[in-house]
Amino acid sequence: MSRRLLTINKLSVTFGGLHALKDLDFYVDEGEIVSVIGPNGAGKTTFFNMISGMVTPTSGDIIFKGESLLGLDPNQVTAAGIARTFQNVRLFANMTILENVMVAQHCRTRQGLWGALFQTRPFKQEEQEIREHGEKVLSFFGTRLIGYRLDQPAAVLSYANRRRLEIARAMATKPTIILLDEPVAGMNPKESAALTRLIGELRSEWGFTIVMIEHDMSVVRDVSDRVVVLDHGETIAHGTYEEVSTNPDVIEAYLGRPAKESA
Amino acid sequence: MSTEDRGPSMSTAFIEEPSDEELPARRMLDQDWRKVFNYGLLLALVLVFVALTNMPVNLDHRMLIEPIFSMGYLSLFWLPAVFGLVVCREPVLAGMPSHAKGSREVLAGSLVGLIGGAGLSVLTFLLDNFNLRDPLVNWSPQLLELLSFQRDTAFGIAIWLPVGLVLGTFGGLAHLLSATVRRMLSWAFASVIAFAIFETVILDLSEGFAWLGAEWLVEELYFIRGGLTMHGAAVLAVVGGLFAAFGRDRAHRAKERFDALEGTSRTRANAIGLLVVAAALVILPLFLGGITNELLANVGLFVLLALGLNIVVGLAGILDLGYVAFFAIGGYTAGILTTTNRGESWPDWMPQFYWGTALVAVVILAALAGLFIGAPVIRMRGDYLAIVTLGFGEIIRLLFLSDWLGGYTGAAQGVTNIPGVQVFGLATVKGTDPRAVFYLVLFFCAIAIYVSWRLERSRLGRAWMAIREDESVAEAMGINTVNAKLMAFVVGAVLASFSGAILAAKVGSVFPNSFIILVSIVILVVVIVGGMGNIAGVIVGSVVLIGILGGPRQPGLLQEFSEYKLLIYGVLLIWMMLKRPEGLVPNVRRTRELHQDEYLQDAWLRGEIDADSEHTDDSHSNGNTGVLPA
Repeated sequence: MSRRLLTINKLSVTFGGLHALKDLDFYVDEGEIVSVIGPNGAGKTTFFNMISGMVTPTSGDIIFKGESLLGLDPNQVTAAGIARTFQNVRLFANMTILENVMVAQHCRTRQGLWGALFQTRPFKQEEQEIREHGEKVLSFFGTRLIGYRLDQPAAVLSYANRRRLEIARAMATKPTIILLDEPVAGMNPKESAALTRLIGELRSEWGFTIVMIEHDMSVVRDVSDRVVVLDHGETIAHGTYEEVSTNPDVIEAYLGRPAKESA
Repeated sequence: MSTEDRGPSMSTAFIEEPSDEELPARRMLDQDWRKVFNYGLLLALVLVFVALTNMPVNLDHRMLIEPIFSMGYLSLFWLPAVFGLVVCREPVLAGMPSHAKGSREVLAGSLVGLIGGAGLSVLTFLLDNFNLRDPLVNWSPQLLELLSFQRDTAFGIAIWLPVGLVLGTFGGLAHLLSATVRRMLSWAFASVIAFAIFETVILDLSEGFAWLGAEWLVEELYFIRGGLTMHGAAVLAVVGGLFAAFGRDRAHRAKERFDALEGTSRTRANAIGLLVVAAALVILPLFLGGITNELLANVGLFVLLALGLNIVVGLAGILDLGYVAFFAIGGYTAGILTTTNRGESWPDWMPQFYWGTALVAVVILAALAGLFIGAPVIRMRGDYLAIVTLGFGEIIRLLFLSDWLGGYTGAAQGVTNIPGVQVFGLATVKGTDPRAVFYLVLFFCAIAIYVSWRLERSRLGRAWMAIREDESVAEAMGINTVNAKLMAFVVGAVLASFSGAILAAKVGSVFPNSFIILVSIVILVVVIVGGMGNIAGVIVGSVVLIGILGGPRQPGLLQEFSEYKLLIYGVLLIWMMLKRPEGLVPNVRRTRELHQDEYLQDAWLRGEIDADSEHTDDSHSNGNTGVLPA
């Protein structure tokens, strides 16, 4: 049995009177790929925002590697080893592609004012390492993001490549867990099939544990070890893809209740 | 004027290639009457406004060409010509045919000029017949004389119509000239004006270079009591025109060759260029007189301030409107520690420090002030942050002024008797020796440039850029935004405090009034006009604004304008925001930010936008190429 990485106990958050999440329990083991699915407004992105420290939960606890993440700032959560991507791609559009992945290594590097001003040996060495790691991460996506692209602003990338760069940026923070928020949204079937394969490689070759929000069921089916279904901020089902896809509650959440029952 | 040359000239953001095809000129009466009328009214308003600020009268004694043309008339005359030109300017789109220019454009220019001239006629009439001194306090009786060309009022009322008409027509006629002729004319005009305006500097220079034996040239060029001589102006016009015709192309080609250099040869060319500039800055002041060196020293003080603010605003994107606080802290700390006449609350045993020693305290105090002011401020964003920093800027000044600290800071009397800086016993840097001050400033500017340059290309600099782009995401990507922003604040504060410390030694005294909120605003304007985020831009901004127009308290080259400095700052700022928001010497990244659509369009034309190479067959399905998601 592999190690438990992330445990979430009775997590709730309310915005005003709205329960965005209610008593949510969740866990991830090392090396797993877990998908979180659910209809729009189910609280999936809020769930990610909470793990990454951008939203503070009203009650409950988030335990990562045996320590609570509650009260940590987003940058501290990232430093602890949880990186994320965003549903509406949020790159640093006017920084170059290489700079995007270089800046993401901020929390793994130390050199400050002194090193930069006096060009110390450790500073130069660290810059070199940052650059090399950045290129290594980018080359995970083949030749799409490297070569002449390195020094182009992220804004010129196509939508699919922006999504790839977001993943590369998350990888560059040297995380344990990567939270992917709809990684294949806006991609065509071929591209999403290719990305699905890469998500598998993120685990098998890079050793990342992955939690993923996704609407594309073929992607969910192909890579997930477990699937968690959220609706109205609560877990309504939980298990393998086959288990949840036949669960009547899930079908009801997605398709609605038959008219005669709700009447 | 040379408006034509100053159009948006970013090589990346616009591809300007008018197609060969040219549509025939439109008929003379095929006018956009509403536009002509609007421009005419606008011109009339601007002319009346300029006249009522009394600018023509105040500038009238400054002769440009003796004895026919003064700066006072120039301040009115250039407007109808520019408006007459601009009214018919149309954007030329790549690959799109455009209309040939003809009588239509000339007529529009004439009409605009005529309406503008009518504005001044009406003003002359009103000033003569009604008592307008009460609501409009600025204009003086001489204005009426000037508006009527020293004759009777009826002549003035009548003459402005044809004058406006002629000037506007000149503007309109400029459309008909070929590009080369137009360029020659604007260069000829510009060189006459430039030599007339920069008279003080050129005279100053000629004294320094007297050993070259070229003094007769200057004597020919300038009239004894100021202003160019007629034949001097003629020669300058011809030289300027010829340069535009022949020299300019050569200069352009040289620049192209330079831009084409790559790799090590580019680096070497840059290094040589930098060395030449540095050498010029070190050697030239030796030949300059007091006036020019004083100007350069003032410019340098503001370069130092602007470079510091550039780190805060340009790199980290923190809009700090209270930046003057750090300038003040530097000035007061250095002043109090080195003065012979310290406030009575200080203990007697406290020695009088050497300026260099005091500088250590200045750096430490400025850094601490950066931390203390930064800490509460930095958690805010956008407008709130700007307003709170504005408050802190005033708080620091009022503290120095207050009874509470008055015993230490001299309250309204300030700190006086600050001695100059002894440099290794070789020289004393103080206000009476502007050359020495300039060298001291130059030294600190070099430090500031080095710091900005290194930090921009470091881990910290990247973090600042990321924060400027998207603060929440930067934080989610592991950047401790509070620390990074505080760091920007501290570095900026230290650079400003250097400037303050030099000011204290230069002027010999510091007063609360030297650190009013206006100083913050002026520094910010320098950064914005020069080009936010670009070291060269910030320097150019300081030279243009502080050197030519003058700082909040420092006279510039155009001393006659000092009364209208803020007016011109304002106009310049608005014009820049509309036409060239990235500044005079833009930072590449910021240009992209501000012109993202054009940039992406050009990248697409060059084939650089990536349409997913893998499966072109269905690439239209992600047709968002080049459009940013909201």
